[in-house]
This record gives sequence, structure tokens and C-alpha cells, in this order.
Amino acid sequence: MKLSSEKELEDLRNEIISGRDPNKLCIAVCGGTGCHAGGCSNVAQEIRTELDSKNLADKVDIRITGCHGFCERGPIVIVYPEGIFYQKVIPRDIKEIIASTIENGKIIDRLLYHDPVSGEKKIRVEDITFYQKQNRLILENNTRVDPAQIKDYLAINGYSALAKVLGKMTPEIVIDMVKSSGLRGRGGGGFPTGRKWESTRIAEGDVKYVICNADEGDPGAFMDRSILEGNPHSVLEGMIIGAYAIGSNEGHIYVRNEYPLAVSNISTAIKQAREFGILGDDILGSGFGFDVKVNRGGGAFVCGESTALMASLEGKPGEPRAKYIHTSEKGLWDKPSNLNNVETWANVPMIINKGSKWYSGIGTESSKGTKVFSLVGKINNTGLVEVSMGMTLREIIFDIGGGIPGGKSFKAVQTGGPSGGCIPESLIDMAVDYDRLMEAGSMMGSGGMIVMDEETCMVDLAKYFTNFLQEESCGKCVPCREGLRRMGDILKDITEGKGSMEDILLIEDLAGMLKDASLCGLGMTASNPVMSTLKYFKDEYLAHIIDHRCPAGVCRELITYGIDADNCTGCGMCKKNCPPGAISGERKETHVLDTGKCIKCGICYDVCKFKAVRKE
Amino acid sequence: MVSFMLNGAQVQADPKWNLLEAVQFYGINIPTLCHDEGLTPYGVCRMCVVEVGDQNRTKLVASCMHPITEGLNVRTHSSRVIKTRKMILELLIARCPSSKKLQDMAAMLELKQVRFDPLNEDCILCGLCVRMCEEQMVAKAIGYAGRGTDRYITTPFDMTSDECRKCGACMYICPVCELRCQGPQASTTLCSGCINTEPVCAPDYGEAMCFMVPCLSCVKKPEDVK
Ligand SMILES: Cc1cc2nc3c(=O)[nH]c(=O)nc-3n(C[C@H](O)[C@H](O)[C@H](O)COP(=O)(O)O)c2cc1C
Ligand code: SF4
Ligand code: SF4
Ligand code: FES
Repeated sequence: MKLSSEKELEDLRNEIISGRDPNKLCIAVCGGTGCHAGGCSNVAQEIRTELDSKNLADKVDIRITGCHGFCERGPIVIVYPEGIFYQKVIPRDIKEIIASTIENGKIIDRLLYHDPVSGEKKIRVEDITFYQKQNRLILENNTRVDPAQIKDYLAINGYSALAKVLGKMTPEIVIDMVKSSGLRGRGGGGFPTGRKWESTRIAEGDVKYVICNADEGDPGAFMDRSILEGNPHSVLEGMIIGAYAIGSNEGHIYVRNEYPLAVSNISTAIKQAREFGILGDDILGSGFGFDVKVNRGGGAFVCGESTALMASLEGKPGEPRAKYIHTSEKGLWDKPSNLNNVETWANVPMIINKGSKWYSGIGTESSKGTKVFSLVGKINNTGLVEVSMGMTLREIIFDIGGGIPGGKSFKAVQTGGPSGGCIPESLIDMAVDYDRLMEAGSMMGSGGMIVMDEETCMVDLAKYFTNFLQEESCGKCVPCREGLRRMGDILKDITEGKGSMEDILLIEDLAGMLKDASLCGLGMTASNPVMSTLKYFKDEYLAHIIDHRCPAGVCRELITYGIDADNCTGCGMCKKNCPPGAISGERKETHVLDTGKCIKCGICYDVCKFKAVRKE
Repeated sequence: MVSFMLNGAQVQADPKWNLLEAVQFYGINIPTLCHDEGLTPYGVCRMCVVEVGDQNRTKLVASCMHPITEGLNVRTHSSRVIKTRKMILELLIARCPSSKKLQDMAAMLELKQVRFDPLNEDCILCGLCVRMCEEQMVAKAIGYAGRGTDRYITTPFDMTSDECRKCGACMYICPVCELRCQGPQASTTLCSGCINTEPVCAPDYGEAMCFMVPCLSCVKKPEDVK
């Protein structure tokens, strides 16, 4: 069915909405990658079978949605219209859900979420603290649509922004609106989106491209994946609006091949949009034509960098090039090109629909709207959170994230992915926006947030990220290739107790050069993890270098294990588990650890129930 | 013509030039390793960095890739630039200590120490050979393989290439295999030997009258110079 005018779109929308009963029972199963791994497809299958066998298939809808963000608790099942939130659901629970909740309206206690802090059980999504402080402008729709059904998107007012733009707005007005909304790029640099569009619009050339960056190579980050998986049409709608504003007829989505569900959902969305006349020639009868291709990337971190991404799209090796002439003038195939991140695109329809004034009312002076973070590491509630810009780290980590598990204390949080920086406890009341993070020596990046507790060694952490970047560096320019190699070597030495005070100076020299002389953003930001940990945790570096001691007890070369005679009950647990047999002792007598034989695996430390194994 | 500021002086240049060409036109020497007049600039050695911008909003750019824009404020030898060039060269010498070109450059930049263990590689990955082969010899017989620190130059699939005509242009242009350092390979890997003992001007100027008294690189003593 090809829609050929705004009116036909609205008629179809009304038809879809009136055909749907908002009070009809619906079981929504989260089909995001996290819940997939937890077996949600079996859960969905079981629901279908059970509904069929009870002849309820007409009375109850089932919807496979995108990621709900609370992956920690997956697979997640929500029963509408009440919005009852069931967590960690397995296929065996389905019979009970249908018999009790669907047929009798009874709530199953055991499947509810119990707040780890207050111990209370929470029935509805909106009762859960994880969701309460969020402002889920983008992610909320993930739970309301089946990404494989364009009609679901239309039912939540989808493509109305596009219709408005094509019917009533000139490209200049669209750009002005995006500019005054204050939207900044969500992919890393935070460049003002409207200004980027404008410079591509005024660049000379009849062929122009718009590109969506869905490379997302940061370890632990999955916000772009979940948007593309959960609500692909919102990204498409943003891209079509952008293309109209810029004057482009061809778009590309560069998505990593390791995201099969995202590839498949966006491809389905494109196919459906074409069928409905929303992509292709003469979109909604406006005369404007635009189409999109999906390109799968091989999954190199550096291919997320704009020029490397474009080289990769051209079929060349994914290596960056100098950007002294902007990609908005000479980008893909040397034509003016506009690249934006998935989340940036997904913000656009909302701005058009609700206005730039509304949008710029959210957030801080310099950073508007919301940002999706992937909250991972040593935190109770792992998952995707979307908050207004300007929320403090404390609120994100303790209120939404539920704090640090196991009664441990918070030490630092790494924001901005591998090339971001570490923010210490002393700055936990900092409001999160582009500029505050920069000032603290970190960055927004694409929104990774890795929380660390007292058992994390900051030197080891810097070493981990430096090695990651060294492996992901393309190796083209000298500062990054040779500089990171040496930086990694120095950090390795320090963690092995072989560092010297000169090494600190050398780190600083290398960092300065990386920042100043690297060809692309990877090298320019690669020193952030080292420099931020050195700034806030210098004492830890010094402890490694001068005292040959790892305060967090992580660096193997610097720790020794021993058994505390006072606490040892002689249970023999450590002796039984020690791989090299370094522990000896008779039952019920104090055991002894032979440090010469010990391989420092730490198993004894973990298995001792009486805290008798010392680590120092 | 565009005009721009070069080390405080107002100068003009052809907008088709890149910044390196313009700076060289005005007789200022900037060290380069991956640049060659006859080849497309590649911008990877980063030795040619210069500082551009005003007051506290400055940055370093690779001059061999940078266009000249009206009013650009360029400093070719600021302390930030020198420090960066030395650090890069230090890394390169640590990689290829036996390159005479790098050793000479170290003497010129007064790089005194290398703080890293030598790797004794044979290639600094400047890519001159690849571009030479592709652009001037039109053979495209060699290219890059590997990523990051594993990057190296090779023929397709590491096999003898039919495209290679054994012309030797790659070796001709290579700054590392061109001339081997014959020095003692001291553990410091820097000796500045050649540049201090050889009269660098002698082969070029023969018996010409020299007014450089005293000349730091001349083996002749001041009293020998009439
Ligand atoms: C090494 C490196 C990796 C990057 N990876 C990504 C990425 O995975 N996704 C992304 O959107 N942007 C990434 N970026 C940022 C992009 O270069 C670019 O700035 C961004 O996609 C522009 O879109 P925006 O203005 O909407 O943020 C990366 C940058 C660098 C230097
Ligand atoms: S900075 Fe690193 S990733 Fe970027 S071009 Fe240089 S070597 Fe490649
Ligand atoms: S072989 Fe020589 S010319 Fe080729 S990249 Fe290496 S150093 Fe440069
Ligand atoms: S000469 Fe400019 S980067 Fe090598």
C-alpha cells in the first residue's frame, strides 16, 4: 500500500488506532538482545502455544518488543493494559501467568521485581526506582512497538513529523528548528546537529549523502543497538527528515555485523517503509525522493570514526584520513556528506513534533534533551538508562543504578567508552553534560558508563583501556601506533612493579603528543584513561612504583597470599581447591600457604568462608 | 593568492599549495618523513606538524595535508611543535635505530636520548614505497596488512607478486633502507656521529669560499679558513 499524501497517512493511522482496543489484554515480551540471550524466544513461543490451547488467541495480543533497558532482570514480560512487570521469566512460568494474571487478574508475587534496597515488591513499571528517575523520551517507545510492524509505529504517531516537514516546512525552517533545539551529536564529539546539517546543505554539489553511524564499538555499550533493534522506524524517520533538510536523496546506515538483530530489524523497517511510500521516489506524494541502504561493517572500533567509516563504505580499508576539509564538503566518494549517530537521528522526529522550545527546556545550558547511557560494571541495576542531561552521577549510579553490589564502596566511573576518562568519588555530584565531563578529563562519548568499586586497580584499568585502543588503532599514523604501544608497555611495567618515577614523566610526554599529533580522534583521545587516573589516583600509581604494592589487590605480580592463623578453622577448603597444591595442613589445624608454589590464582581467597586468606 | 601569517610575518601563497609547500617556499625547513613532492600526501609521520590558530585556541596540524586559508596564523617552530616532533622522532628511532636518515634528523633536532627499548624494525610505515609503486610505477604491487602495531607492508597474501616488475623504486624512496647507520649501535641508540664528523657542505660546495666561522659541522679549523 503506497501512501501518496499526508491525508492518506493520517487516514491509515486512524484506521489502525480505531481497530485497536486500548483495554485489550496484551502480553509484551522483551525481544532485545539481552533478553534473547536469556531465552525470551522460548518464552514467547510458550505464550503462543498456551494461548492457543486455551483458545485465548483472539482475546489476548502478544507483542515482541525492543529492549526495555533493564537487561539485568530479563527476560521481561509486561501484561497490559495494567502494565504488570514480570522479570526473569522462563517458559515454565507461562502457564501460571496465563492462568492467574490473564484469566483471573491475579498478580504472581514470585515474578515481581523486589527492590534490593527497600525490599518492597513492585508491581508496575512506573513503580520501579530504576525507571522512576529516568526520562525515557526515546527508549519508552521501544516497549510500545513491535519493531517488525510499521503499523505499531504509525499507531504511536510515527512518521507524523515527516509528514509535517514535507507538507509544511522548508528545509531552512527544519534546520533552524534543529539548531534552536540545541541538539548535539550523541556519537561522541557533541557537535551541534543543526549546524552540521546546515554546512552540508550549503556545501557545493548536486549529490549529497546522509549517513547513520551504528558502528558502536565501545566495549559494554549497547544503546545504539537497542534503538536500532527496538524502534528502527524512529531512526529512519529522523534520517528522511535530515535528508530533506540537507537536500540528499541517498542514505547509508553503517551497522556492525555483530548486531544481527539490528541489521534484520532495520532492513525489515526499510522494506516496509518502501511499501508504504515512506521511502523511495516521491515520498508521501511530496515530490521528494530518498532511499537508504544498509551496510554491514566488520566491527573495527576505528570504523566508527567518520572518515574511516566513509572509507569503509567506499569499500576501502577502514582507515581515517585528515579532516582539514570537512566531510560536510568532501565526505563519502568526495561528495558532501552528513554523518550522525543513531541516537541523534532518533531525537529528530520528537523535536519536529513537540517543537524546539519544548526540547531545549530539557537539560542544561549547553546540553539539551536526554541521553541514553549503558550502565554496566559493579552496579546493581545493569542496563540502559535514559536521563535528562544534567542529572548528577550520584542519581544515575545510586538512585537508578541501585548502587554498588555486595556492600562495597564506589570508587570511580569510566564515562565515554575506552577513550573516555575516569571520574572519582569526589566528583560524584557533578551534573552530567558534554562540557562538565570534558572539564573533568573525560567525555560523553557515545554514552558508556562503567562503574568501579574499591576492588578495581586504577593502573590496571588504564592498562586495560590503553591495550584495547592499541589493538583497535588502525596503525596508520606514528603517534597513535608507536605511542600507544609504548604507553601500554610502561603501564605493564608499573603493574608488575617494574616502573620508575621517570615513567610518569614519559607517560605525560606521550599523552601530550598523542593528543596533539594523532591523525584521528582515536589517538587524540587515547590518553584520557591514563591521564584521568593519573590525575585522580596518582597515589595508586606511586604505590605501585615506590612501594611495589597494589592497593586494590589486583596486580598479580604485586600481591601475596597468606593464611591468618587466627581465623583459620582448618576446614581444608583452600587446600582442596588450590590448583598447584601450595596449601598444606591437617584437618581442624591451621593451614599453611607456600608462597613459592603459589600461582596467585586467588581461588583460596574466594573459597575461604572464614576470611582467613589474606591478600596483600 | 591567499595571505596568511607565517611565524609572525604576513606572507602570500597560492591557494593550490598545501601548507608545507608554502612554508618551504619561504625557506623554512620542516622535517618530513612521509612526504615526497611527486606523491600524494599521506599525513602519517606527523613530523611536519605546525601550530595554527590564535592565542589560546591553537592546535597542531600536519602541514603536508593542511590547506592554506586566508588569515591562518602559523608557527612552524613553537616549543609545542618542537617537543612533539622530538617525541615522534624518539618513537621512530626506537623502532628503527639503524636508519641513517632518522639518526641524522635526531642530530638536527637535537634529540639527545631515546627512552624506549629498541625494536630494530626495518620500516617506519611511512607509506612512501606504496605510493611510489602505485602512483609513479603504476604497478600497485605492495600495500598494507595488519592493524595497529601489527601493521606491515607486503605484497597481496604475502606472496611474490606478479605485478612487481622488480624496478626497485620502493627501495629507492625508502627513508629507512636507503642508507644504514654504520655506527656502533650504542645502547642509547643515538650518537649523532655522522653529522658531527662529516663536513656536510663539502660534497656540495667543493672549494667554494665559506663564511661560516666557526662552522659547527666543519672538520676544518677556523684557522684553515682563509
Ligand atoms: C575512534 C572513534 C570511534 C568512534 N565510534 C563511534 C561509534 O561507534 N558510533 C558513533 O556514533 N560515533 C562514533 N564516533 C564519532 C564519529 O566520528 C562521529 O563524530 C559521529 O558519528 C557524528 O555523529 P553525531 O554528530 O550525531 O554525534 C567515533 C569517533 C572516533 C574517533
Ligand atoms: S590516530 Fe590511530 S586510529 Fe587514528 S589514524 Fe592514527 S593510527 Fe589510525
Ligand atoms: S619500507 Fe620504507 S618507504 Fe616503505 S613504508 Fe617502510 S619505511 Fe616507508
Ligand atoms: S610529512 Fe606530513 S605527516 Fe609526514
